[in-house]
Amino acid sequence: MSGFARPLKIALGLAVIAALIVVPMNFNRYGLFILSQWAVMSIAAMGLNLTLGYAGQVSLAQGAFVGIGAYAAAIMTTHGWPLPAAMLVAIALSFAVGWVLGYPALRVQHHYLAFVTLAFSTLAFLVFRNESWLTGGIYGISNIPRPHFFGIATNKPLPFYYVCLGSLAIVSLAVWWLIRSPWGRAFMALRENPLRAQSLGIDTRRYTLMAFAIGSALGGVAGALYAPLTQYIDPVPFNLSLSLDLLMMVIVGGAGFYFGPFLGAMIAVLLPEWLRFTEGYYLMLYAVAVMLLLIWSPTGILGILDRAMAARRTKAASALRAVAKSRLETVQ
Amino acid sequence: MSNLFDLLVAGLATGAIYALVAVGFTLLWQTSQTINFAQGEFVMLPAFLMLAAMHAGAPFWLAIILGILLSMILLGLAFKMLLVDPMMRHGVLPLAIATMALAIGIKEAVKQFFSAEASPFPSIVPTGDISILGHAVSLQSIGVLVVAILAVLGLTTLLNRTSLGHQMQAAAQNPTVARIIGVPVERMILLTFLINAFLVALASLLITPIYLAKFSSGEVLGQAAFIAAIVGGFNQVRGAIAGGLLIGVLDNLAAAYVSTQYRAAVPMIFLIAVILFRPQGLLGRAEERTV
Repeated sequence: MSGFARPLKIALGLAVIAALIVVPMNFNRYGLFILSQWAVMSIAAMGLNLTLGYAGQVSLAQGAFVGIGAYAAAIMTTHGWPLPAAMLVAIALSFAVGWVLGYPALRVQHHYLAFVTLAFSTLAFLVFRNESWLTGGIYGISNIPRPHFFGIATNKPLPFYYVCLGSLAIVSLAVWWLIRSPWGRAFMALRENPLRAQSLGIDTRRYTLMAFAIGSALGGVAGALYAPLTQYIDPVPFNLSLSLDLLMMVIVGGAGFYFGPFLGAMIAVLLPEWLRFTEGYYLMLYAVAVMLLLIWSPTGILGILDRAMAARRTKAASALRAVAKSRLETVQ
Repeated sequence: MSNLFDLLVAGLATGAIYALVAVGFTLLWQTSQTINFAQGEFVMLPAFLMLAAMHAGAPFWLAIILGILLSMILLGLAFKMLLVDPMMRHGVLPLAIATMALAIGIKEAVKQFFSAEASPFPSIVPTGDISILGHAVSLQSIGVLVVAILAVLGLTTLLNRTSLGHQMQAAAQNPTVARIIGVPVERMILLTFLINAFLVALASLLITPIYLAKFSSGEVLGQAAFIAAIVGGFNQVRGAIAGGLLIGVLDNLAAAYVSTQYRAAVPMIFLIAVILFRPQGLLGRAEERTV
């Protein structure tokens, strides 16, 4: 990176954050709902990006963890508990279940792992649907309250959007720190070559389980926000297709790129809204767009940027070399 | 006891359809490392192609032929050339995601251009019951079982007894060596895609009269076929057949003896158990792991 790129990046980041805070102030209820949904899905996709993008473990169960978080939050807050307490339980619960789900990953890899997690996703859906004493079965749980913070109610869409945005900010910082810590580097070593990672003294067993547990816990956080956002949950949104959607978000945005999940969630949540003028065709167009993108760039949108930047750097480097060479020649 | 017999026959009939779908799934995996998440939608679509032909005035037999041909062009040729070929070098995962997107696309296209409602579909087998060993067995179950078994027998004969089949197997097992000994590997891969398209069209023809033609019916079927393929052995045609029959029977028995609410859980738990204790599948051989 050249010298002025860093301040430029920081300025751009601040501008985006300011826009996310200021611009939605005059959005209508629906616009705020969509934007809040984007924040929630970004959190869930960030979790999956840790598991898949950084640690290289394919999971088709992230939607189930959003469901676990959502049900934990819904059940507790409708019984009078405050949301932060419910969120802690949601995190603990999905962390524990995610840890257990990590065990198959110690034995099988790739497509086999995908199918184990897919089966888990279906089992979780069946539990949500059939254990009506706890989850309300197909009738679901309604009247989920939105929280109060320091005496301020977040019942209106705008304050609750800020709750989602604030949570996204906290999760983003935590993940930023995590992938720069030795943990993040261990995850990446695991992704690149598990055997070599092991030979370097990385406890692959522990880090595989951790990758699943932390990724799942973020799914739980997203779920704990999703329940008060929609104020009504039933099993349907948490079926297998949510897991597939989240996987698509991560891959389309760019797996293993920090900003991938934000972009992927934006495309998955906002693109269908922008295409709504096409009426019934929007999901079809979305599907075609995803296929074309993946044919063009299997590493997602950020993969395109990454390659463009790498190309510019090599170009700049060869230009520098040419200058140096011509100077040498003039000296001679 | 009569109940058990009926359950077994019905289970074998659905299992035979799962087997057809699962066989195509394993063929694609063996020859081109394609995990086709749209396989269920591939079964759903041909029924609608046939219905469209019938709406345009074609008689049933012509609609069937047109449906199978269109299926082979769209789900075999076009699928391979437009999606799999450009993505093959990118590895398994991006292609798997692309087929997920394809599944959404097919589902939405059928919903948009045809109907969101379930449509009835004529049966190629006459309805009614016949009596076997004192049990009333529906002709439909028998017909489905017979057609599926014939298709599978035809396929295994092709693969094991003909030189074309041996070339296909060589191309699947070791493309490099196959190329050296003069097997047209590319053509063999295309052939497996066409066979898969034929098998899903046949499965569509057999299963749609029972469950109606509906845009969303691919999900359950696709999942059942995946489970069948993995349980039986991802890399073995006979494994996929055994897996299909096993899952069909298991599903029917679970509905009767476990609980209707958790019937879908039984094949899933079975799947997890098989993957954990015998990842190569019941009849599969272990794949080498590259370091």
